[in-house]
Amino acid sequence: MWDKIKDFSSDFFVTGDPMIYGADVAIVLVSVAILFVLTYFKKWGWLWREWLTTVDHKKIGIMYILASLLMLFRGGMDALLMRAQLAAPDLEFLKPEHYNEIFTTHGVIMILFMAMPLMFGLFNIAVPLQIGARDVAFPVLNSVSFWLFFAGAMLFNLSFVIGGSPNGGWLAYPPLTEKMFSPGVGQDFYIWGIQISGIGSLATGINFIITILKMRAPGMKLMKMPMFSWSVLASCLTIILAFPILTVTLALLFIDRFAGAHFFTLDGGGNPMMYINLIWMWGHPEVYIVILPAFGIFSEVVATFSKKRLFGYKSMVFALMSISIVSFFTWAHHFFTMGSGADVNVFFAISTMIIAIPTGVKVFNWILTMYKGKITFKQPMLWTMGFIPCFVVGGMTGVLLSIAPADFQFHNSYFLIAHFHQVLIGGVVFGYFAGLYYWWPKMFGFSLDEKLGRWVFWLWNIGFYVCFMPQYLVGLMGMTRRYSTYGWDTGWFGLNLTSTIGAFLMGAGFLVQVWQILYSIKNMQKLKDTTGDPWDGRTLEWTIQSPAPFYNFATDPVVSETDDFWEEKQRIAAGGKPRPKPALAPIHMPKNSGMPVVMAGFFFFAGFGFVFDWMWMAIPGLIGVAASMLVHSFRYDTDFYIPVDEVRRTELAAGREV
Amino acid sequence: MANHSNHAVSAAHGHGHEGHHDQDALRQMGFWFFLITDCILFATLFATYAVLHNNTAGGPTAKELFEMPGIIAETFILLTSSFTSGLAVLSMNRGDKKGLIGWLIVTLVLGAAFVGMEVTEFANMMSEGHKMSTSAFLSSFFTLVGTHGCHVTLGIFWMIALIIQLSRRGINSTTKRKVNIISMYWHFLDAVWIFVFTIVYMMGVM
Repeated sequence: MWDKIKDFSSDFFVTGDPMIYGADVAIVLVSVAILFVLTYFKKWGWLWREWLTTVDHKKIGIMYILASLLMLFRGGMDALLMRAQLAAPDLEFLKPEHYNEIFTTHGVIMILFMAMPLMFGLFNIAVPLQIGARDVAFPVLNSVSFWLFFAGAMLFNLSFVIGGSPNGGWLAYPPLTEKMFSPGVGQDFYIWGIQISGIGSLATGINFIITILKMRAPGMKLMKMPMFSWSVLASCLTIILAFPILTVTLALLFIDRFAGAHFFTLDGGGNPMMYINLIWMWGHPEVYIVILPAFGIFSEVVATFSKKRLFGYKSMVFALMSISIVSFFTWAHHFFTMGSGADVNVFFAISTMIIAIPTGVKVFNWILTMYKGKITFKQPMLWTMGFIPCFVVGGMTGVLLSIAPADFQFHNSYFLIAHFHQVLIGGVVFGYFAGLYYWWPKMFGFSLDEKLGRWVFWLWNIGFYVCFMPQYLVGLMGMTRRYSTYGWDTGWFGLNLTSTIGAFLMGAGFLVQVWQILYSIKNMQKLKDTTGDPWDGRTLEWTIQSPAPFYNFATDPVVSETDDFWEEKQRIAAGGKPRPKPALAPIHMPKNSGMPVVMAGFFFFAGFGFVFDWMWMAIPGLIGVAASMLVHSFRYDTDFYIPVDEVRRTELAAGREV
Repeated sequence: MANHSNHAVSAAHGHGHEGHHDQDALRQMGFWFFLITDCILFATLFATYAVLHNNTAGGPTAKELFEMPGIIAETFILLTSSFTSGLAVLSMNRGDKKGLIGWLIVTLVLGAAFVGMEVTEFANMMSEGHKMSTSAFLSSFFTLVGTHGCHVTLGIFWMIALIIQLSRRGINSTTKRKVNIISMYWHFLDAVWIFVFTIVYMMGVM
């Protein structure tokens, strides 16, 4: 009996690596500490009522952002481990198998569990406020989306200590990831972690499309909508068309592994190239899904901090929408070397070059918005200024990669690695940081310290160039991705060492950023946003107090033009009378629901069962998922009214006139 | 108008009934968008089938495998169930609760018959040794047709839950919305089946 338990646990738990034992201890200690604190301070009820069951889009947004910053930490640690291993030739800091696991989890976490939730967090914080809505169209579904993401992310991360991490690369190409070559459970953690959170992403896509199309304030015609909301619409349309492909692709890979099917196997008539096509039909739109909202954030920030209307509003809308369409026609540029023939490669090369055009249009729009503007360099603007040159260079190297014949040289080299990190860090991460600093006061009622913010900005920026510029060169010198080590004779030492130094500079940037957040929390009173409009903003979210009250708007806002709040302020400054405020009325709000977190728990349970082929666990898990939905369907008492008195009290307490 | 918001309406009326109506409209529109995603899901499965359907790897081909009489019967049963789900909605619009529940029961019995026949078809194939692991063709066949079957099965359980709610609460704006949505779902599955019938079965045996 004892031997059996020992056998089982040596398979079940990841053993043999001191770093992982360290992580085990850390996980246990942190969990115990959290349980202790919650119990000691009697916070379980508070946690359940205020956070776990909340359907408030602002709180859901905060949870998304918190989780994504944790994931940024883990993905960043992976990156630093890799860079440490590559700092000098012939290092044996990480074993090759361990290195494979780390580059896999780094990629998956950064795209799916860092960029996506950070993006959804900003959607949740900003979109309903920008368009003058009380919540998203489907608040409970919104909570379902968050908890599914969270369950998926936790399941994926669990592979670090239980069962073993996936090691087949961030897109898990078969046949390597088939049962024959990857018999471990790591690949199943990959499939189920992404699958569960992917369902949540799909639901968010639908949710925000309906919110934006149907819940805008009266008078806010589509062509008067803030640009961030436009970018969210473009991104969500791309989500709903792309994510089902991911769902199917991962399901097929799972069926191969679970039921011995032959979709992507080498034998039985399977076709691994089918997988690579399918995964990139999702994967390429996916990178535009994450970059489009960043474009939206830059548009808001540039207009606000230049005190000018966004240059070329219509061309911006056209650029966003055309990118979301063309992004579906470029997928094969990820494998020009597959051998589809010249005709196919030409089509995808040209479509890839075409997609650079609307992006270029946007860059000109931002620059021309700044032209003759009164620019203030607050943190959001700083990140925008850092973004523009970085993204232009990253985009240009993308166009170089799109030239199919040349790509046969660049393919899977560090040149490619440098390119996509430049657009993903310089574009997506800088963009979401800009958004985070921009909307932080609206979330929490205080802004983040400017002085420390400058340190963060420069560490990240300098670190970025020091890290990735050498990678272009080392890529041209022939270093391919996923090498776990290289020899002294290659001549790559200097460039790799430089790159590692840059990575650690970015790591330092992240640490200062955490310090900045803690410091600002401590000095909250000094950094307090008393006006609700710290940046002299242009859109509806700045008309209400910070942090936003849970009903968002005391009375329904009415809009007559683009950047309505700005125009209104200009009108009042010129001696105009403010718009008369309508009388307060009871506010219709959705009730909290425990269903999402319970259902996600069952999903986690089912996913874990499928990972280990434990049907006794997977089937009850799935039944639990269905039961949660049924219980929800039988609940009719789903909303309530906030009485006028309470609204008045809340508004007066925030120093607002009613 | 595309851009009138639900709270504007409810504020104008001072109380909630209008708000509920609008929430129902939002949900129906949301479901249309869900169906778009489901379309893509099936499109991807069809594409996979199209790529792999000749890779029989020494196993049976479509022509050897499919028995059309049963398939044609299944098809007519499902098409009829789509018609009866339409009759259910017509009863609902007349305010006829009994008719509504009756036609929903007919629909779900037909749906169950369809699923039963499909399961039998699959079981026969498997008992003859033609499994998912036989060839890429059979992997993609079972997955595509099975995914449709799972959708129908889900719809049956959903319909049962809805019938219970209808018998308890009668026809109101919420149950009305729910019936409308499930009937959209049911028609959608019917349309998908027409593609399955044409692309998988008809083109398979021709």
